[in-house]
Amino acid sequence: MNIIDIIGPVMIGPSSSHTAGAVRLGLLAAGILGSAPVRAEIHLHGSFAETHKGHGTDMALLAGLMGWLPDDARIPEADRYAAEAGLEYSFAKVDLGSLTHPNTALFKLTAADGSRCEIIGASVGGGQVLVNSIDGFPVELTGKLPAILTVHEDKRGIIALVTSTLANAGVNVATMRVFRSNKGGLASMVIECDEAVPQGIINLIAALQQIHSVRFIASVA
Amino acid sequence: MKKDKLSLNGWIAEAEAQGKSMQEFLLEYNSKELECSEEELLSKMEAMLVVIEDSIKFGLTGVRSHSGLTGGDAKRLLEASEQKQFNNILGDKAKDAMVYAMAVSEANAAMGRIVAAPTAGASGVLPGVFFALKKHYGLSSKVLAEGLVVAGGIGLVIADRASLAGATGGCQAECGSAAAMAAGAAVSMLGGTPAQVGHAVSIVFKNVLGLVCDPVAGLVEVPCIKRNGACALQALAAAELALAGISSFIPADEAIDAMKSVGDLLPCALKETAGGGMASSPTALAWAKKYFAKE
Ligand code: SF4
Repeated sequence: MNIIDIIGPVMIGPSSSHTAGAVRLGLLAAGILGSAPVRAEIHLHGSFAETHKGHGTDMALLAGLMGWLPDDARIPEADRYAAEAGLEYSFAKVDLGSLTHPNTALFKLTAADGSRCEIIGASVGGGQVLVNSIDGFPVELTGKLPAILTVHEDKRGIIALVTSTLANAGVNVATMRVFRSNKGGLASMVIECDEAVPQGIINLIAALQQIHSVRFIASVA
Repeated sequence: MKKDKLSLNGWIAEAEAQGKSMQEFLLEYNSKELECSEEELLSKMEAMLVVIEDSIKFGLTGVRSHSGLTGGDAKRLLEASEQKQFNNILGDKAKDAMVYAMAVSEANAAMGRIVAAPTAGASGVLPGVFFALKKHYGLSSKVLAEGLVVAGGIGLVIADRASLAGATGGCQAECGSAAAMAAGAAVSMLGGTPAQVGHAVSIVFKNVLGLVCDPVAGLVEVPCIKRNGACALQALAAAELALAGISSFIPADEAIDAMKSVGDLLPCALKETAGGGMASSPTALAWAKKYFAKE
């Protein structure tokens, strides 16, 4: 923590978790989808469901999905801009269970090219966020660093293959976590890197036989 | 090995030993931490002051919050004070500090652009103190920027030893800490010694200890907006005492630690969950029920 964290950030009020954090959650969700969505079904859980209007959480999530930053003065009118931009959206309440973080949103997103993604994430306080499920795979993604997300066969050697591909390409790995799923022997892996990873390297990983899918997810500053 | 906690008293002793003012010492310390020049740090702080000034102006247009619960009070106070029959009990400086603090807090509630210093909920306190002093003492933006560095330094120590979040430590940690930061900065901007900065911080915590976080319906509006105004006054009061040469028996670090221990003892109902305090008054509950039905 440094002085800029204390005297800042500049943000649209009223709440660092329900407004600024919600913008970052929307940004991260769009980053996972890979582009700004054209359709967004947003389901709000817990405190997000209860106070989203008063805190502008709905506007903030839309703003993030459109790629805006938490200090964008247009945030209070994000719904109008979304409609103008042709983003079809809906909000609903959902109960994801008492174990789920109270500031959680479930996104069902569709990109212009028709690709779809289902993301569950929470605003965990002080503007920080945590995405914990992508298309049903458990993950932990904070958006603090650029990250690579893989879905792969849960077999020996695959992790080493991925990391050696990165090492050969000169990419420095900051953190790495592997998550097992209950989906037909598949696992997922989140690799946070010190800097953005070029598409060419992502393609190299995608070409590995046991990799089912791989995404690069930009950091959300 | 556990890293030592940051120590405001340690910094104060170092500054005094080096014959430096608190702003000189903290400017040097923080620009080293950020690996930037002192000029760069000051220009970052000046950029924050510009945002703050805009949020004061926005708040003073009489904005209302999206929930409809609050708004317009900063403007109301300012307009009332321009009337002949206004009861100016506190004097102009304190009145202006309240006007600006509430203006920013109302701007925040109305989804305006603010500087979360130290948090969005307590974002009015520093603007209240800084811009009242600017108006009445003619402080330059450079002095105000240096003051923000002092406020930030104090905030760093509080964040490290305790917390700045209402959800963790109650409102004493949020608006109370903002007041302590503003008080120390005010002392420094008006030419006080590093030791006096420490006394001002400690005095504020004496007076805000135990302040609970109890926002009605969980929204950062009631009691937050008036509390920002009142905490700006706490800061001015503590700064006045410290600058008069009055010391605090409890050192600043220990006062911060006391705030943490009180925060730890506070029940969850009084830490932003809207489970107690003002939030569970019959009027609050009745309003919240109607509001949630609408949402
Ligand atoms: S009462 Fe709670 S929400 Fe309101 S300003 Fe204080 S700490 Fe923040």
